[in-house]
Amino acid sequence: MTGGDLTALLPFLVMGVAVPAVTLAAAFRRPALAASLAALGTVLAFAALWPAAGVVPRQVTPLLMIDGYALYFAGLMLAATLAVLLLSLGYLHRRPEPREAHSLLLLLAAFGAMAVAASDHFASFILGLETLSVALLGLIAYAHGRERPIEAGLKYLILAGFSSAILLFGIALLYLRCGSLSFAGIAFALGRAGSDPAILLAFALVIAGIGFKLSLVPFHMWAPDVYQGASAPVAGFIAVVSKGAVFALLLRLAHDTPLASGPGATVIQAIAVATILAGNLLALLQDNFKRLLAYSSIAHFGYLLLAVLAGGVLGAEAAAYYLAAYAVMTLGAFGVITQLSAGQAGDDIEQLSAYRGLMWRRPWLAAVLVLMLFALAGMPLTMGFFAKLTVLMAGIHGGWWPAVGALVAGSVIGLFYYLRVIALMAAGRPVEAVPEPTRWAGALVLAMLTGVLVWLGMAPAPLMALIRRATLGG
Amino acid sequence: MMLPWLILVPLMGGALAWAVQRAGGTAVRGVALAALAVDLALVLAVWSKALPAAGGWLADFARPWIPSLGIGLHLGLDGLSLVLILLTLVLGILAVGASWTEIGDRVGFFHFNLLWTLGGIVGVFLALDLVLFFLLWELMLVPMFFLIALWGHEDRMRAAIKFFLFTQGGGLLMLVAILALGVLAAPSAGLRRFDYFALIGHAPGGVTGWLLMLGFFLAFAVKLPAVPLHTWLPDAHTEAPTAGSVVLAGLLLKTGAYGLLRFAVPLFPAQSHAFAPVAMALGVAGILYGGMLAFAQDDAKRLVAYTSVSHLGFVLLGIYADNRLALQGVVMQMLAHGLSTGGLFMVVGAVQERLHTRDLDRLGGLWASMPRLSAAGLVLALASLGLPGLGNFVGEFLVLLGSWAAAPAFAAIGALGLVVSVVYALTLVQRTFHGPARAAAADFSFGHLAVMAVMVAGLVWFGLYPQPVFDLAGPSLGAVAGTAAP
Repeated sequence: MTGGDLTALLPFLVMGVAVPAVTLAAAFRRPALAASLAALGTVLAFAALWPAAGVVPRQVTPLLMIDGYALYFAGLMLAATLAVLLLSLGYLHRRPEPREAHSLLLLLAAFGAMAVAASDHFASFILGLETLSVALLGLIAYAHGRERPIEAGLKYLILAGFSSAILLFGIALLYLRCGSLSFAGIAFALGRAGSDPAILLAFALVIAGIGFKLSLVPFHMWAPDVYQGASAPVAGFIAVVSKGAVFALLLRLAHDTPLASGPGATVIQAIAVATILAGNLLALLQDNFKRLLAYSSIAHFGYLLLAVLAGGVLGAEAAAYYLAAYAVMTLGAFGVITQLSAGQAGDDIEQLSAYRGLMWRRPWLAAVLVLMLFALAGMPLTMGFFAKLTVLMAGIHGGWWPAVGALVAGSVIGLFYYLRVIALMAAGRPVEAVPEPTRWAGALVLAMLTGVLVWLGMAPAPLMALIRRATLGG
Repeated sequence: MMLPWLILVPLMGGALAWAVQRAGGTAVRGVALAALAVDLALVLAVWSKALPAAGGWLADFARPWIPSLGIGLHLGLDGLSLVLILLTLVLGILAVGASWTEIGDRVGFFHFNLLWTLGGIVGVFLALDLVLFFLLWELMLVPMFFLIALWGHEDRMRAAIKFFLFTQGGGLLMLVAILALGVLAAPSAGLRRFDYFALIGHAPGGVTGWLLMLGFFLAFAVKLPAVPLHTWLPDAHTEAPTAGSVVLAGLLLKTGAYGLLRFAVPLFPAQSHAFAPVAMALGVAGILYGGMLAFAQDDAKRLVAYTSVSHLGFVLLGIYADNRLALQGVVMQMLAHGLSTGGLFMVVGAVQERLHTRDLDRLGGLWASMPRLSAAGLVLALASLGLPGLGNFVGEFLVLLGSWAAAPAFAAIGALGLVVSVVYALTLVQRTFHGPARAAAADFSFGHLAVMAVMVAGLVWFGLYPQPVFDLAGPSLGAVAGTAAP
């Protein structure tokens, strides 16, 4: 391993040091120290992306491919993790659970997610994925004094185990045919041998396994329950970091291997259409805000599949921008729930009825939420607009008309339930705003997210240029 | 250089109006009026410095924005944009004046939304990059949603959501059409992939071309509105507060007509040519159906709302008749309808504000207690029915004359609309102002009367001496005319 390899690995090495350091702080029951160390770790790892960017792309060990693309997603994961860490501070403040392990688990999950996004080998993919999943399990069931988190944790455990098994079976079949676990090796072997039923079955199983992780229809059943059971910051973390990392992997897999070509493309397009329509239609029926966001997140990953179908530089750019926008608006929406629920003993403030008149009771939080919801609906002057635009362009470029049609239909349905929430928040007569204790860390995060949402929604060119450099470099 | 400021001044004025909310309603209204007045002065300044160039473009502004996607900030002002922007700002100022007493709560946020809608509308009339156009098109919807949803009447939320879903549904189809046009028609255009001038004359043929044209047409037809896509309109116009109704009827509908004139027809000349009979049939259907429904209403505001369907039917008919005469009629009809219908909404809104009812069965005989209001209502209703000497007559007459040359059958049936309009306009006057007095309230204040005077003066001017408008908008219409005449 050369010096260049080590530089490229630097963000990962920082995380590798930060995790045991936070473990020690947690072992000595120092929640504040653990949280500070975790935050410091993410910041340092983020800073380490710059030196790493100077030496990429390079294959570090057969397991990890560190390129601009991997670093971009690592940066996204780290930023999202830092946001969730800060949001959790105020949220956990008066809760009965110990706080120190929360930071540890978040950091560990982020580490796993970074590894997933950088892997071009099934062994590193599974390693990263399991690190991520096990840490998430702990986070979902964190409030172990209550029923719903335990139930959600159990559901996640069973379904994550089940989907990993399916995925592993598919990988084993691929290995049987190709004799390699690296994406390049598999593509090479397939290029020589061509396709046969076992390969098709293997790809189907891999798609199903990844479909579970991304909660694509028909593998989506777990998502609403888990989002509802998990605490609001953790639900945001699952929606952004866990799903984002697996999506980055899917994109790389589709780029390196013939997964998304031929019959695979037909299957993925069918999944995309079903995911968009089912996610949006089911969201209409919800009266729990977290479940609504869960279905909306399902729908958004349906939109993102257009980028996988489109492939190439255009698809990668669209996906990279979309995931950044999605991260901002999803963390923003869950961040508002977190801020509202901070200091509460029981369940989060998640019944839609509790949002009636929020605009008059908590104007600032409501304003942030309105912006986030408009962004999720794809309105202009927010990142959501250009996200939808880039994905649509990629889909149109590739001529994936059924998926494009589904996106349009889904967006119109989506508007309806986002507007419903906004209308509810605007209902009622103005009252004097109720003074509530401000959780400064959370408020800071929401202010930053809103700023990014609007700034990059009006001037997306810098981020798009960055993405272009990252995707061309790798 | 000045063009972006035309959009930014209302936006900044709106933000400032919201910020001074604590200083009270008068300060907010003053800021709003000042912002619109400054914007109006800017428009006049741009106009006075303009050098008439080829194709009638008076001013131009182009900067790269998102080079990787080929999206630019391209704004341009020609005669057509100019008259519509002038209408926007004048009606905007009048709308602020008309809601001086109506809006009592959240005054700052109300004027924020009003000015942002107006800013979006000005932007729509200026944008020459199709993605920018779409962005501004959406920008005007969101504040309008809030105007209806927060300050509207009884059933406001349903109306607001319906309005948003209809227009946004059409808008998304247009977005797909815009992107597809950019991807398919200008593959090598690079930095100017979505530029109006890069795309014009590059429409793909065959089924694709038809689908793209329909994508544009549907979005604009929803906004116009063309029968059968009009069902959002009566709800939204009826439930909106007065200023909202004025902006909706006077301006938002015009963006649909403008979109057809500026984009749908010139970008797809061959398809529009073949499609013209269908569009003209829809226009004629709108004239008669809207007029008949207006006649059947018991809600005064709903009645006025349906007259818009009828009047905008003339616009659709004229656009697709597509000769110079009809197009000049279209422009005149848009301006006159903006003033007459905007004015009628102010009259009906004032009645609602005073008597808390719009039910024609409970109104009547208002002339006794409110002579000034009733007189204004009468003049505006006469304008609406197309009385010669007022602007609407010029518009409708030219449209019918122009479409007679293009398609006599449609012109003949459309002319029946003039009969229907007499029936509904006189019904409105009869049931509201005449008859035994069933209700009484304070008459128009002098402020209100001044607003009405501006409207009526405009209508008389357009009716007696319309030539300046024709001279101004004429060169832009040359680019449209002759591309789609059947």
